Amino acid sequence: MSTTESAVSGLDYEETQLTLAPPGASRSELERKRGFSEGVDLSLETKDFLSGSSDEAPISGAGEPSAAKAQVVGWPPVRSFRRNVLKSCTYVKVAVDGTPYLRKVDLEAHAGYQQLLTALEEMFSCFTARNYPNETLVDPVNGTEYVPTYEDKDGDWMLIGDVPWKMFVASCKRLRLMKSSEAVDLAPRTPTGCITAR
Amino acid sequence: MTYFPEEVVEHIFDFLGSHRDRNAVSTVCKAWYHVERFSRRNVFVGNCYAIRPERVMARFPGMKSLSVKGKPHFADYNLVPYDWGGFALPWINAAVRRCPGLEDLRLKRMVVTDDDLDLLARSFPNFRSLVLVSCEGFSTDGLAAIATYCRGLRELDLQENEVEDHGRQWLSCFHESCTSLVSLNFACLKGEVNAGVLERLVARCPNLRSLKLNRAVSVESLNEIVARAPYLVDLGTGSFAVDHHTDAYQRLMNSFSKCKSLSSLSGFWEASPHCLDAVYPVCINLTVLNMSYAPAIQADDLIKLISLCFKLQKLWVLDCIGDKGLAVVASTCKELQELRVFPSDIYGAGATSVTEEGLVAISSGCPKLNSLLYFCYQMTNAALITVAKNCPHFTRFRLCILDPWKPDPVTNQPLDEGFGAIVRSCKNLRRLSLSGLLTDQVFLYIGLYAKCLEMLSIAFAGDSDKGMVYILKGCKNLRKLEIRDCPFGDFALLNDVAKYETMRSLWMSSCDVTLGGCKALAAKMPRLNVEIINESEGSDKLEENISDLHKAEKMYVYRTVAGPRNDAPDFVWTL
Repeated sequence: MSTTESAVSGLDYEETQLTLAPPGASRSELERKRGFSEGVDLSLETKDFLSGSSDEAPISGAGEPSAAKAQVVGWPPVRSFRRNVLKSCTYVKVAVDGTPYLRKVDLEAHAGYQQLLTALEEMFSCFTARNYPNETLVDPVNGTEYVPTYEDKDGDWMLIGDVPWKMFVASCKRLRLMKSSEAVDLAPRTPTGCITAR
Repeated sequence: MTYFPEEVVEHIFDFLGSHRDRNAVSTVCKAWYHVERFSRRNVFVGNCYAIRPERVMARFPGMKSLSVKGKPHFADYNLVPYDWGGFALPWINAAVRRCPGLEDLRLKRMVVTDDDLDLLARSFPNFRSLVLVSCEGFSTDGLAAIATYCRGLRELDLQENEVEDHGRQWLSCFHESCTSLVSLNFACLKGEVNAGVLERLVARCPNLRSLKLNRAVSVESLNEIVARAPYLVDLGTGSFAVDHHTDAYQRLMNSFSKCKSLSSLSGFWEASPHCLDAVYPVCINLTVLNMSYAPAIQADDLIKLISLCFKLQKLWVLDCIGDKGLAVVASTCKELQELRVFPSDIYGAGATSVTEEGLVAISSGCPKLNSLLYFCYQMTNAALITVAKNCPHFTRFRLCILDPWKPDPVTNQPLDEGFGAIVRSCKNLRRLSLSGLLTDQVFLYIGLYAKCLEMLSIAFAGDSDKGMVYILKGCKNLRKLEIRDCPFGDFALLNDVAKYETMRSLWMSSCDVTLGGCKALAAKMPRLNVEIINESEGSDKLEENISDLHKAEKMYVYRTVAGPRNDAPDFVWTL
């Protein structure tokens, strides 16, 4: 028993540890880095074991620091029940160019694009929706036209209405009412827009 | 006092509310032990594996109310594998045989099956109250059995359980003659209930004071219910999504204004901002408000609501309330005792959130604050020092900085001084959770000052074994210690093995303790169960070539008089 203790607590053990940091780094830094990567490894090994962990945020290649965080099992310490409630939340943020405040809208609460635009109109009650020729929202005060756009899972900004509604709900991360004048270089709309029928 | 007849001694013991006091008097002498054990009605078992159920029932034959806890706390965060244990059946079986007069049962973090609930329902004619918290293993079939057979049921309280929906109309199983319900909470259920059945149940239970609905209950139904139960004290709404232009909304507003007794509100699943106007009439009386399941409500709407809640004592919100919203809480809610701020954006980058400013505002505005759970992205030492000065009455202080090892962003220093100030100032601190960048120094402070501390949760902290040693040496009242991802190893683990018999349990995961260290602990302390959870593939047997130097990924140590448990799954090794 004493040999075990001395083997693990003695200086020899520390010196021979493999670490991620260069030799000059302080000990506390070393320990931290090792601990963190162990946390990451653990999540990869036990992904199948633990419910919920495999549903964590996908590893995005965009270099978002939160992606690595999401892999640490059990962190942040939030109960599964609460996590599931937030996960099933299909609310996305809505930003309007030129205004500082954000709103949130539940995509799943609407049956289609028409209803969504109506909800946006109500939310930003200063706008009136104009459905023809394009789906735009107009601020009656100064006549500025806004085009509803969204950021999809790939991080691209798209015009609303091109893809089937359900596909849109699944891929939309957030909405932005962009000034028409700035919406020029978004992907052009397909001639047979999907908006009216749904 | 030994000259007093037993009845007098028993009467005196009646004044002892806490089980700790009763435990204490029972150790004074044989006579007191004898009197106490026959007169104990409420029994609390903090660890279901610390003692065999039969022994508990044999000691307390007059038991009417039993509360048992199963899995370790970190099971809440998916750190304990499914099937680890914590089964309710042995406890229910023992009670069936020895305590048929059982009236109340409370289980937390345990596995409860439909058969268990069926057995429970049929076996105790005086059964009044079932409370299940963070349990799993049962479905609505089990609830149907409870509803069917527990005539005279007063309380069915299901808090954050994983319940399978078998679609059976369990609520309809409450007999027409059942009028005794005082408290019904099914907020955690996913499935629908029959609206008419629910409304009739509420209407025929005149003593109903607490009702918490699930998401599937519509606003129309809520309206019917509130209209029929104006004496409700505690309400959890169902879905709260309603178009505020409609008549339904108007009726709802009228109904709420009739609820003069309502002092606690929760739920608000799918609430959209304008709906909250309906609730304004009751705000003035609210002492408890839980908005933490309503991610659509933004800061401005929360502020409008909270600015009416002068009597609020307990507030649970999401961090979208922001520092601005917390400032409003600080200026409005002078009676506030408990605040919980949960993260709304666990998977993303967390744009809207709260910072140290919000916490400082709360501390200066709410002098009665004694319980805090606060998730944020950053914290400073200066803020914590200010909070410590403003609020010396904390009994529970749990701070979760979402980025592990994050230092004070202003000074780039660890948060040792900040937490040190908290433990120095809050002499009655019983529970503490740490986060952010922390060195051994913070543990020195905790060991030095946190004399009342009973539960400590540590993650991604410390530099060396010294940290853990400071804790074990200094915290005389420590009962539960849970540690993850810290550089504490065998030296700290084995430094004072007798300490663990004074505690309920110790959890260490992703630390530096080795299999050899754990074996050493087990060998020295026969009255501790030292369990290793091993999750790597194909390693069922302890013997197979696993060196003592191998790290023990998850270790759970607890004192017990029951010996090693006989229901441990293959991946749990008891050393």
